[in-house]
Amino acid sequence: MQVRQDWKPKIVAFCCNWCSYAGADLAGSSRRSYPADVKIIRVPCSCRVNPLFILRAFQRGADGVIICGCHPGDCHYTSGNYYARRRMTLLFKMLEYLGIEKGRTRVEWVSAAEGAKFSSVMNDFVQTVTALGENVKLEDLRCKEPLN
Amino acid sequence: MQRIGVFVCWCGSNIAGPVDVERVAEAMKSVPGVVHSTTYQYMCSEVGQSRIMEAIKEHQLTGVVVCSCSPRMHENTFRKTAQRAGLNPYMVEIANIREQCSWIHKDKEVGTQKAIVLAKAAVAKVMLNTPLQAGTSPVIKRALVIGGGIAGIQTALDIADAGYEVDIVEKSPTIGGRMAQLDKTFPTLDCSACILTPKMVDAAQNEKIDIISYAQVEKVSGFVGNFTVTIRKKARFVDELKCTGCGACMEKCPSKKGKNEFNMGLNNRTAIYIPFAQAIPNVAVIDPEQCLKLKTGKCGLCERVCSAGAINYKQEDEVFERQYGAIVAATGFKPIDLDAFDEYGYSQSKDVVTSLEFERIMNAAGPTGGQLVRPSDGKHPHEIVFIQCVGSRDTSGCGKPYCSKICCMYTAKHAMLVRDKYPDVNVHVFYIDVRTPGKNFDEFYRRAVEQYGVDYIKGMVGKVFPEGDKLIVQGSDLINGKQLALQADMVVLAAAIEPDPSARKLATMLTASMDTNDFFTEAHPKLRPVESPTAGVFLSGVCQGPKDIPETVAQAGAAASKVIGLLAKDHLVTNPCVAQSNELLCNGCSQCERVCPYGAISYVEKEIRGPGVREVRRVAQVNPAVCQGCGACTVTCPSGAMDLQGFSNLQIMAEVDAICK
Ligand SMILES: Cc1cc2nc3c(=O)[nH]c(=O)nc-3n(C[C@H](O)[C@H](O)[C@H](O)COP(=O)(O)OP(=O)(O)OC[C@H]3O[C@@H](n4cnc5c(N)ncnc54)[C@H](O)[C@@H]3O)c2cc1C
Ligand code: SF4
Ligand code: SF4
Ligand code: FES
Repeated sequence: MQVRQDWKPKIVAFCCNWCSYAGADLAGSSRRSYPADVKIIRVPCSCRVNPLFILRAFQRGADGVIICGCHPGDCHYTSGNYYARRRMTLLFKMLEYLGIEKGRTRVEWVSAAEGAKFSSVMNDFVQTVTALGENVKLEDLRCKEPLN
Repeated sequence: MQRIGVFVCWCGSNIAGPVDVERVAEAMKSVPGVVHSTTYQYMCSEVGQSRIMEAIKEHQLTGVVVCSCSPRMHENTFRKTAQRAGLNPYMVEIANIREQCSWIHKDKEVGTQKAIVLAKAAVAKVMLNTPLQAGTSPVIKRALVIGGGIAGIQTALDIADAGYEVDIVEKSPTIGGRMAQLDKTFPTLDCSACILTPKMVDAAQNEKIDIISYAQVEKVSGFVGNFTVTIRKKARFVDELKCTGCGACMEKCPSKKGKNEFNMGLNNRTAIYIPFAQAIPNVAVIDPEQCLKLKTGKCGLCERVCSAGAINYKQEDEVFERQYGAIVAATGFKPIDLDAFDEYGYSQSKDVVTSLEFERIMNAAGPTGGQLVRPSDGKHPHEIVFIQCVGSRDTSGCGKPYCSKICCMYTAKHAMLVRDKYPDVNVHVFYIDVRTPGKNFDEFYRRAVEQYGVDYIKGMVGKVFPEGDKLIVQGSDLINGKQLALQADMVVLAAAIEPDPSARKLATMLTASMDTNDFFTEAHPKLRPVESPTAGVFLSGVCQGPKDIPETVAQAGAAASKVIGLLAKDHLVTNPCVAQSNELLCNGCSQCERVCPYGAISYVEKEIRGPGVREVRRVAQVNPAVCQGCGACTVTCPSGAMDLQGFSNLQIMAEVDAICK
């Protein structure tokens, strides 16, 4: 497989509106930088993240997917993050079985006050995914832009 | 076909500095669906907004993407802008290119490229947006308070004060709750009845308040602003409107062996009784388990002596329905049963009493007329041992893992009251820790030690047993490293408190959640402490967690203010970003109902007509007034029938696709 010279990972970050998205905003307003490879999708709660979205991301060529929600006990909807935690534990096990390395998926609890944590989590995640290199498993090659 | 307009904001130099906004706008012009793309210095300003409005009209836009600061900042602003230009406000999406881009990426090329991707993702999403209507639902301007302790009384008084009607449903024959049983109250030592009974009278006389005593809630349906509640008012066998509370019946009743609940069973009462002198309503009630007339048909003395003609042996339970806009749970607590703590000898000696029994013994209106005497032989005690934390902070499984919070303070109170009235009595207190974090609390405790010479012993009690007419208390003194065996005349156990056992059933009816200890849980442990997670259901008093009276009253007022805020509205505007099930796909499996934290999902039998189907089926239905839009159900649904408006599966997947391109 040919690896592009300027390769940068594609990372999708699902952030719940009440804590983690606000944490990302705080990272921004306190100028805590993290790599531009991370693109955030806002969801109401971490429990809104359907495993299918993650599969879809990998199919479309994502190299890592991270789900961020409120700390256990702090979910705006009281229990959403517990559902997310259970679902993701199962999904990540299955993904690992399918060949998607553990390091490419992650769940993190980031509160609205944790701008610094948001940025350090993202820095660390990007590093881990970069070290793993480009993800090819699960990728639907029809979605791929042709190399030239 | 959608016609999307993209508006890239400079945010002064905040965005335009590190991001090439013109290039972003230019790049968006070639995205399918985008018919207009432009930049402006401050999109949120009046001028910026009118530019958006003009463009909406001029280009007949069906959707708008604003590339700007966080949606948490200005999503609402731009929704209103769209609305003013005649576009549905939910046809707006924000690409956050400030917090997520210009503020964190120094490299202009990197920032610009990311901004373009974020803008494309927002366009991909907005292409799939559908116009949403925020619905409204009317608010019934009447509140229900369940439980008539100090918490419920205070909440009802505050709600009534604001001009709204409020009903108190109280399960016992009188309101007042535990506070009515207390003697003096810490930390001021004012008499409990003297501060409580005027409030009870206020509640009774307030024409906005309807006290439904000796009653229980049987069924709750509906949702915030519009609950229907079925109430069962138990037969008292006494006409509440006729009875004057004179008490002539109690003097004549020959059946005198009933356990006096108000005095914690320390003495007996007659079959027809008024719980205590200041009971509200001040109306007699017949205990059907004990009444000779009701059990054997022979007697009927009370009917003969009642000059008001209030006795009615044929009275039946009354069941009726009422409508409410808001419901407050104020069901309070009870001390735990001490069966699991027999090492303290509660079942072996009458002179081992609980703290609540001790309150009654010390109370001038109690079974001993306020004389401190031993329940066993009526003798004056000389040595009293108090044991704190009986069943509290107990992780062994016998007791409760939590701190009951009030016992340190009321034990100090009891010790002080004894020493004050009977300086000849020696008082010892076994404690694990003394916790006094309240206003004037530590001063109060120190007074007990320093001024009243109460003997505080840090240590646990292993065993209490009767020996002759004394009680032997074996325990350890941790500070002096000694084992003690004290001879006592009385032992008082500060039993842990637990939620009223009826609360769990009630929580199920209200779809309010409870913690593992059966205390009601709040909507948010820090920020929404008096609301339950179920909209329109509020929490007041100890049913939410252990509290003393000042805290209970404060919380009761807070719950009332939340209720008033709700009842003051004529209509509730509902968030349209709620779940919706596709009846064609739903198989009625109930998975979604189980995960919904708000009980927003119910089922209906419905005739389903679709391609190749025509049948009556059970399908899920989301109540948009109750759904909070978390999305838990959408993921749980095995049929893919549940979706969330505003954050639909297709919308999120479109964003994923755009980002991964
Ligand atoms: C021994 C002892 C001493 C204390 N001393 C002090 C003191 O000195 N100072 C102080 O500040 N605090 C003191 N407290 C604490 C005080 O008693 C409580 O803070 C207060 O009573 C809490 O009020 P509440 O209304 O929440 O609960 P409660 O007083 O328990 O009232 C709850 C009411 O709801 C009713 N109810 C329950 N379930 C239902 C149902 N399903 N349907 C309808 N009605 C229902 C009950 O019958 C009751 O009337 C003491 C407590 C104890 C045990
Ligand atoms: S979105 Fe959440 S609140 Fe709404 S019905 Fe589904 S689970 Fe319940
Ligand atoms: S989980 Fe899905 S299929 Fe099952 S009842 Fe709910 S909407 Fe219908
Ligand atoms: S709202 Fe943040 S995890 Fe549920």
